[in-house]
Formats: sequence, C-alpha cells, structure tokens
Amino acid sequence: MKLPPLEYACPTSLSEAVALLAAGGGEARALAGGQSLMPMLAFRVVAPALLVDLRKLPELREIEISADGVRLGAMVRWRDIEDDERLTAAHPLLKAAVAHVAHYQIRNRGTVGGSIAHADPAAEMPGIAVTCDAEIAATGAAGQRTIRAADFFLSALTTALKHDEIITEIRLPAWPAKRRWGFREFARRRGDFAMAAAALFYDQDAAGKAINAHVGMIGVGDRPCRLPEVEALLNGRTIDEATIERAAEITSATVDAQEDIHASAAYRRSLAGTMVERALRSAAA
Amino acid sequence: MPTKFEVNGKPVSVNVEARTTLADCLRHHLRLTGTHVGCEHGVCGACTVIVDGDAVRSCLMLAAQAEGSKVVTVEGLSNDEALTPLQASFRRHHALQCGFCTPGMITTAHALLSEEPDCDADRVREVLSGNLCRCTGYISIVEAVLDARSAYKKPNGNA
Ligand SMILES: Cc1cc2nc3c(=O)[nH]c(=O)nc-3n(C[C@H](O)[C@H](O)[C@H](O)COP(=O)(O)OP(=O)(O)OC[C@H]3O[C@@H](n4cnc5c(N)ncnc54)[C@H](O)[C@@H]3O)c2cc1C
Ligand code: FES
Ligand code: FES
Repeated sequence: MKLPPLEYACPTSLSEAVALLAAGGGEARALAGGQSLMPMLAFRVVAPALLVDLRKLPELREIEISADGVRLGAMVRWRDIEDDERLTAAHPLLKAAVAHVAHYQIRNRGTVGGSIAHADPAAEMPGIAVTCDAEIAATGAAGQRTIRAADFFLSALTTALKHDEIITEIRLPAWPAKRRWGFREFARRRGDFAMAAAALFYDQDAAGKAINAHVGMIGVGDRPCRLPEVEALLNGRTIDEATIERAAEITSATVDAQEDIHASAAYRRSLAGTMVERALRSAAA
Repeated sequence: MPTKFEVNGKPVSVNVEARTTLADCLRHHLRLTGTHVGCEHGVCGACTVIVDGDAVRSCLMLAAQAEGSKVVTVEGLSNDEALTPLQASFRRHHALQCGFCTPGMITTAHALLSEEPDCDADRVREVLSGNLCRCTGYISIVEAVLDARSAYKKPNGNA
C-alpha cells in the first residue's frame, strides 16, 4: 500500500531532532534506515504525523573501538559492520551475528539503532545486546540516560524508550582475545528473520573450565533473552560432548517459546536446543 | 515538498508529497517506469536502484531522502545502440522470462560487480537472495551474473 499522509523533517542537530520528537507528543517518529518503519507505514500498522530523519546527524555514524569495548553509533549500518575489519577481533560475535541480518540492499540502509528501537524478537542485534550486557545510550527532552539491554526490551516491538528519546549509541563491553564464542541461526532462507538463533560465549579459567558463560536466545520468545539455567550448567565445567548435550536439553526444557505462522512453540523449543548445541560445539572446537 | 537529486547523470527537481517513496517518484513523477514495484514493502527487490553507489530498495526510501544524492536506475544501465555486457549476459543465459524482476536483478548485479568483480557463485547467491523471481528458478540468473564479471574487471588486473 501507499504510505499514510505524513510530514517529513530532516534536522541537522540531535537537540533539534529531540525537540521535534518531543513537540510531536507521540505522533512523531524517528526515521533511520527505514527498513522496518517503511514497511510498517506501508501496512499502516503505524501512521505518525511526522517523520524525523536522522540521516544528517553524522555523529551517530561512528564505530569506536577502545579498551572499554565497542561503541556503535545508532546510525551505523549493517554494511558498515560487515566492512569494518577491526571488528573481526574486537567483537567476533557481533560480526558473525550481523552477517545473518537481512539482504544486500537492506544491509545498505538498515541501522543498529533502528533495529534496537524496533525490537523485533527475531532480530539479531537486540539479541547480541542482551547476550553481551550492552548499554543503550539515549537522549531525550529530559537529557541523556543509559539503559541496560536487559531492561530495554519489554516485549515484541516494545521497549523502555520514551517517545521523545533518540538512541545515540550501543556500547558493547570489551571482548577478551581468548574468549570462546558461537553463533548459530536457523532461517528458512538466507537473510530472513531467525526462526531461532543462539548467541553465546564463555571465558576459561586456568584449568580450562568455563566461566562467565552468557547464553542468549533470539527469535524464540517475545524478546531476546538469556538462559540462566544453561549458563549455570556451563560455569565451572569443561565444555565436552556430555555438557553440550545437557545444555541442549535444558534449553528446550526451559526456554519460553512463542507460536506464530512460521512455527509452533514445540518446534521452536526443539530448534532452540539444536541451535545452542551447535553454537556450543563451534565455541568448544 | 520540493526535492532535488540526480537521476542517471541528470539533475532533477520534483515536488512530491512527503509520503512519496523514491520508487513512486521515479515511476510517476519522472516517468522512469523501468523500476518495478512488486510488493511495496521491501521483500521482493524488484524496485532496487543504486543510490550513491549502494543498491537499495526504492520502495523503502522516501523521495525526500534522496535529496542531494546520485540515483541510478535500470534505464541508466543501458544504452540505445547495443546491449551492455550485463544485459547481453542475461540474454545469453536466458536469465529472464516475464522480466518483472529483471530491473532489480540488473541494478543489484551491477552494484555488486562494480564493487566485487571477483565475487564467486556463493556471493552472487547471497546478494541475490533479496530478489525474488517467479519464473526462472534463479540458476540462469546466477550464471548470467557470473559470466558478466569479466566486463567489470579493470584492464590492469583483477580490480
Ligand atoms: C525483507 C526484510 C528482511 C529483514 N530481515 C532482517 C533480519 O533477518 N534480521 C534483522 O535484524 N532485521 C531484518 N530486517 C530489518 C532491518 O534490519 C531493519 O533495518 C532494522 O530492523 C531497523 O533499522 P532501520 O535503521 O531500518 O530503522 P527504521 O526502519 O528507520 O526504524 C525502525 C524503528 O526504530 C525507530 N528508530 C530508528 N532509529 C532510532 C533511533 N536512533 N532512536 C530511536 N528510535 C529509532 C523508528 O522510529 C522506528 O520505530 C529486515 C527487513 C526487511 C525489509
Ligand atoms: S517493491 Fe520494493 S522490495 Fe518489493
Ligand atoms: S523473469 Fe519473471 S519474475 Fe523473474
């Protein structure tokens, strides 16, 4: 369908953009890559009176890598992450996950901030944010604040962001060089949203036992989540075949799964276990 | 809203409603009907055009967002006299039947080959995964794109 009638503004400063959103009182929406918002407008799922385009805010386009970790400006595109060679070492899990996001043309426009704000339960970036304890920085009429990813995603397409807030960056904590990690996703077609995906990592103590295990699940429940029971199993253990099989069983038994047109909840639970199993096997390899 | 950009090397100036997509602007306002609109919500790839060097879906972009950009449509990738090497390769390999998806395939393939003239079959398949074709079964399209690579390689080596 054609889009509903709307106004368009393209501010050149963050404060101006925030002021436009605040003045719109919930009827104004930020426009980043448009790769989720434009389809929602075409389906008339949303019909804001004003779109506030963020494309003239170059400060939101930076990727900064330091001892503190990786800072992704909200307007960093999938394509930019794909092209940034430094990220292969600085955050291999991010790089691997983003390789699964959407198709070529969409990757040239879709952004990390847009994906986080959109909060599709099957999107990779929110899942990485939750798995890695990321922080989401936002600026609104009341000033700046930082929201932990664990507190940000409330349910499908629903976040803790206020209508006048703009995400400015996503901060991923530093990635130790020796960290073990795995990412496995199942989708029917390359580039489609995940039917289930597992993102995980752990560090190892001097004896080679797993510590600090983080196991994240994407596309299974109504938002990305961690699997504390699986993490508890992994911590303190050698990641051998028996542990991997047990982790898959616990995943299927404990994960909160949604049913939709693509798959039943039972299928998703089973698939979730398989994804954790494969991701762990690649982490341990 | 008045918007200026460049299409196929020529400056254009249009006055469109803010909600007008770049696809509709090209087709209805600029009468460049080579760009096809299949789904209008980002899944089919028929509307692919090249904006500042990047292949993008023109149904997922407002015309207003093209302000100041250089847009290349499928019309800009042909010439009147003869088929371009990419077009000739599509013909040779029977990479089109009804032709509805073809503008999106050509623009996407052109963007890909311009940046990666050495891409392999896997990469071609990955890139074309965002373009739907109801007729060909894709194999002939992948072959046509692979066969056109030589035309994109720089004369002094492998680009
Ligand atoms: C066919 C298709 C397949 C796709 N497949 C995948 C996939 O496999 N995985 C995946 O993750 N995504 C997928 N996507 C979605 C794509 O990655 C989007 O680009 C992304 O979800 C949203 O980013 P955007 O920049 O396009 O945001 P937009 O569409 O511009 O905005 C999305 C929402 O976020 C808000 N917003 C945007 N930026 C900000 C900001 N900085 N601060 C506050 N609010 C903001 C907007 O107001 C809007 O509500 C797909 C899209 C399509 C069309
Ligand atoms: S018409 Fe744009 S992707 Fe289908
Ligand atoms: S040739 Fe008919 S859709 Fe591709």
